[in-house]
Amino acid sequence: MPMTITEKILADHAGKACVTPGEIVEVKVDLALANDITAPLAIKVFREMGADRVFDPSKVALIQDHFVPNKDIESAEQARVMREFAGEQGVVHFYELGDSGIEHVLLPEKGLVLPGDLIIGADSHTCTYGALGAFSTGVGSTDLAGVLATGEIWLKVPSTIKVVYQGQLRKWVQGKDLVLYTIGVLGVEGARYRTLEFSGPAIQSLSMEGRLTMANMAVEAGAKNGIVPPDEITRAYVAERSRRLGVFYGSDPDAEYERVVTFHVEDIEPQVACPHSPDNTKPVSEVRDVRIDQAFVGSCTNGRIEDLRSAAQVLTGRKVHEGVRLIVIPGSRDVYRKALSEGLFDIFLDAGAVIGPPTCGPCLGGHMGVLASGEKAVSTSNRNFVGRMGHPKSEVYLANPAVAAASAVLGRVGLPDEI
Amino acid sequence: MRRSYVSIEGTAIRFGDNVDTDVIIPARFLTTTDESVLARHCFEDAYPGFANRIKAGDIIVAGANFGCGSSREHAPLAIKGAGISCIIASSFARIFYRNAFNIGLPLLESYEAANAIRQGDRLFVDIEEGEIRNLTSGNVFRSAPIPSFMLDLIDEGGLVPYIRKRKLSPHRVV
Repeated sequence: MPMTITEKILADHAGKACVTPGEIVEVKVDLALANDITAPLAIKVFREMGADRVFDPSKVALIQDHFVPNKDIESAEQARVMREFAGEQGVVHFYELGDSGIEHVLLPEKGLVLPGDLIIGADSHTCTYGALGAFSTGVGSTDLAGVLATGEIWLKVPSTIKVVYQGQLRKWVQGKDLVLYTIGVLGVEGARYRTLEFSGPAIQSLSMEGRLTMANMAVEAGAKNGIVPPDEITRAYVAERSRRLGVFYGSDPDAEYERVVTFHVEDIEPQVACPHSPDNTKPVSEVRDVRIDQAFVGSCTNGRIEDLRSAAQVLTGRKVHEGVRLIVIPGSRDVYRKALSEGLFDIFLDAGAVIGPPTCGPCLGGHMGVLASGEKAVSTSNRNFVGRMGHPKSEVYLANPAVAAASAVLGRVGLPDEI
Repeated sequence: MRRSYVSIEGTAIRFGDNVDTDVIIPARFLTTTDESVLARHCFEDAYPGFANRIKAGDIIVAGANFGCGSSREHAPLAIKGAGISCIIASSFARIFYRNAFNIGLPLLESYEAANAIRQGDRLFVDIEEGEIRNLTSGNVFRSAPIPSFMLDLIDEGGLVPYIRKRKLSPHRVV
């Protein structure tokens, strides 16, 4: 029976020859992930379940990224709970501060998520790893506790919406713009409970970093997972980071899709998602009268080296507009080191930006760039709900790193070519 | 005989579409896992004083995609802690749906009910039957059936006892 890539991964992890959308299957998990917000609750529930040991200490990743470096006593206590649990259980992939970073930047970079893997994470952006041709999805802490205890989870097999991107990208258009445009067309619940399978010539020529950005935001259309069938770009990325290559699945040509949506990317300009929803998208060229107070380059969506290079390219020899704060946060130690050695920090510092340590901080209004009442920000993050980055009367415009950098220089939402 | 969820009677509290988990419980309150503390801050920014206005048993009635966004389980915990007995919506975001059932907060999907019920209506809900009776208007609605697997979870009293009993019993082959 013909199957999509998502159906094949689920079938193999359920020990079945085939699965069909709507069916509920119990699957084996290759990696279980939690962070400093979701792990403490998962650990509490793990104990309530009467569980004693995690199913496999080498298949658990516990990463401190949201409120680190610890912003207050409560977050320090949460971090301690997590650290002690990791020690007690002998968790192999426990990361904090020095060697750590934002979970969804760190895990692909360290070669811990591979094509064909099934990854369950207590974080909605766990869908990021679909960029590598893996099945990955977010759950809550209780579900994650169940995975920690048993190594298994029940899942409903999703139907798939295939999105085909034809043509070649215009200047300044990146993975972020493709996914924002797609969410704008589908709506925030347009892919609810479904798979978004990204394909077509524009995806085949898109870098792994651009693909990670796209898969990361699949959840913003309500999707269970986003996925890109693995190819040579995937192989090259994984071979550099892991001794294991993973399993390269692909969709059968006659696989059944719920819908096929085709976009011609030549028609797509750089996009911005206006307040207060990721699906409220417009071309940047139509939003140029919005003055801003802050710009943020970072997050699990756009905190990778390619993103920082893109922002630096725009900022070279330029200054941030008076009255605008520009915050740059590399997503991991590796990204930080590369940016430093490539001279990007000098460009950021000369422009008047502040550089923060790897953290999720400002994206969720946690710390390191929280907005005041009435303030507006351009952010490379993933959500712009009411109060997402701070005060409920602040506003967030989501954009790609080049647009965020250009906006910081212009003092308003704008394009690099306007500088 | 299902005993975990009985029938519920309560007053409707109306919300619109795409109520996200950042609005339900803003991220700055995620430094605790204590349900009673989370409950105090439920909807704090969008609807100041929400937690104080709730009477135990009240029922949230919302539009599409309730609970979208972050996977934070603190969101259904805060709602449950505030005394809400059940949520009726035309649709739910998937992570929120799983989380709510896992922690014992029942959800019913009904487009018709979500559209017709008004703020302050008295409702009678039979979770097992998926029946929603509007005692104020006299209308009766049927909700989408809860998948049988989810009913098994409800039977056991949520995911914690389900896993404890079915997966981690002493007879389990390790």
